[in-house]
Amino acid sequence: MHIVVCIKQVPDSAQIRVHPVTNTIMRQGVPAIVNPYDLYALEEALRLKDRYGGRVTALCMGPSQADAALRKALSFGADEAILVSDRAFAGSDTLATSFALASAIRQIDKDMHVDLVFAGKQTIDGDTAQVGPGIAKRLDMQLLTYVEKIESLDLETREIVVQRRSEGGVQVLKTGIPALVTVLEGVNEMRFATMPDMFRAARYPLKIWDKDAAGIEDITRVGLKGSPTIVAKVFAPQAKSQKAEMVENQNASPTDLAATLLAKMFTRFPQVEKEIFKRAG
Amino acid sequence: MSNTTPAPQKKPAASRRRFELDERLKSYKGVLVFIEHERDTVHPVSWELLGEGRKLADMLGVELAGVVMGAPGDTTRSFCQEAFRYGADLCYLVEDPILSDYRNEPYTRGLTELVNKFEPEILLLGATTLGRDLAGSVATTLATGLTADCTELNIDPENRSLAATRPTFGGSLLCTIQTLNYRPQMATVRPRVMQMPEPEDGRSGRIVEHPLAVVETDIITKVLEFIPDDKRDEAQLAYADIIVSGGRGLKRPENFQLIWDLAEVLGAEVGATRPVVQAGWLTTDRQVGQTGKTVRPKLYIAAGISGAIQHRVGMEASDVIVAINEDPNAPIFDFATYGIVGNAMQILPALTEAFRTHLATAKKAG
Repeated sequence: MHIVVCIKQVPDSAQIRVHPVTNTIMRQGVPAIVNPYDLYALEEALRLKDRYGGRVTALCMGPSQADAALRKALSFGADEAILVSDRAFAGSDTLATSFALASAIRQIDKDMHVDLVFAGKQTIDGDTAQVGPGIAKRLDMQLLTYVEKIESLDLETREIVVQRRSEGGVQVLKTGIPALVTVLEGVNEMRFATMPDMFRAARYPLKIWDKDAAGIEDITRVGLKGSPTIVAKVFAPQAKSQKAEMVENQNASPTDLAATLLAKMFTRFPQVEKEIFKRAG
Repeated sequence: MSNTTPAPQKKPAASRRRFELDERLKSYKGVLVFIEHERDTVHPVSWELLGEGRKLADMLGVELAGVVMGAPGDTTRSFCQEAFRYGADLCYLVEDPILSDYRNEPYTRGLTELVNKFEPEILLLGATTLGRDLAGSVATTLATGLTADCTELNIDPENRSLAATRPTFGGSLLCTIQTLNYRPQMATVRPRVMQMPEPEDGRSGRIVEHPLAVVETDIITKVLEFIPDDKRDEAQLAYADIIVSGGRGLKRPENFQLIWDLAEVLGAEVGATRPVVQAGWLTTDRQVGQTGKTVRPKLYIAAGISGAIQHRVGMEASDVIVAINEDPNAPIFDFATYGIVGNAMQILPALTEAFRTHLATAKKAG
């Protein structure tokens, strides 16, 4: 069995600050991490490998620094790692990105047949959740998004059964492989990297694929040319000028503060009081 | 300044803004909203989208359509009627037993065929698990642009194209995205981001039926079972009217009990910030913010939450925000309605008691 896990290197968005004057992202000191959602996908793939044997290939598209993300994946136990990196990809939106990754997966498939493609439910920088579905469509694979449990995998009948989160509950779906699975957060806990794997990851001769190696003949389908969406404007969210009305009294006890808040709030917003009464029946 | 680099941004579109649409795309007209439903209920985000779609259609002087896909029956038809009340001029109805449960394949094919036939210029879907699954597949099949999780939709007066604004980098910046020479222009919007429109009784429209050209044997994915959430313990944050949320200022997971106590008195849902969820204090379905849920309650009580942008984008549309934080300079006080500077572990029990007393007194007074 061969599983390709798509991972992305992202800036830790929790630590990003915007320069107050220039409205630009201050990246210095912001660590680059593996998109946390992708680690759940990687762990799920490794667990299947533990059970069924086979190979796990980590795939990442990005600049050359993104090799760190792949080495991380190797240190957890991925067998192979491929970085798809080319200037031609600069400015790719989700449609162009899914084209490039799908091409690379086709190349990987030539080496060893790919049964499953795993990805996180979304990234924490773009948050779109669009690349997974895009890859599945381009490879004509079954698509299983927001999967919270893989119930069974039968390599004989080539069928997979999963639990997929939907708005009002969980769908139990059975489908054929090859399939693309995006994994929900919290489905598992990432294993620890082992010493031998960490050494192997550090020494591993990473494969870096340019557009040709990734099998992309038509470069008008990647990068800016291959991206229907155009970023017309980037700006900082407008600061709400209204500051909070502070509830305070000199030396007031928590009880006083709570009483003052209720009085103020229920006078100005009677609908809040009504809502609370409604609930209390 | 050496510590700043410009936000990553593709070539400015200004020079490309005034431009002529390809001849073959000029026939694309109208705004189309996907009406999402599950177990005989329409997801409210669909009505929110119709409200937004109405504005766009009026700006463009075109029709607003809904599309209902599902198993044949009275239910789907009643959803069309409801769509008219929420502002649709017409509703496409795609009925087939294959569509009884959501599955990516038949829905993608059905919606793609519908778009190719009726050529809407704008297609909107809810950024739900279903909507995102479907939108990504449809956009790829149609090879068109899709903008996820928009917080504002507008029409660029210069070229009549959709200007879709969305948060990026965890909400620290906003960007406006356009799809110029591709149709339809697709966007998803999260539940609760747009306002619910007032339904208009007696408003009607026309139903346009469209068949689905797929047979069950073509569909590989089968639904074995559906386990509804009411049999599980899943938080329903997005549409909660009162939410009590806690952040890392609560210091220890045990202190979260104070949040639950207050929530119980108020009949509220419990929410949390990303760090709290990541620390495993609460499950992910309770996370409010950019990577969690967008909420719009009447009352949002934030205890021990500093108000980082990541959290702010998910809750700032709340009617009334009460913030409790030890740090008088916490950013949350810049946008909350009421602020209390103090130790959440002391303020929360006092608040719980105050609400409890108030409710008891009011009950006695009748």
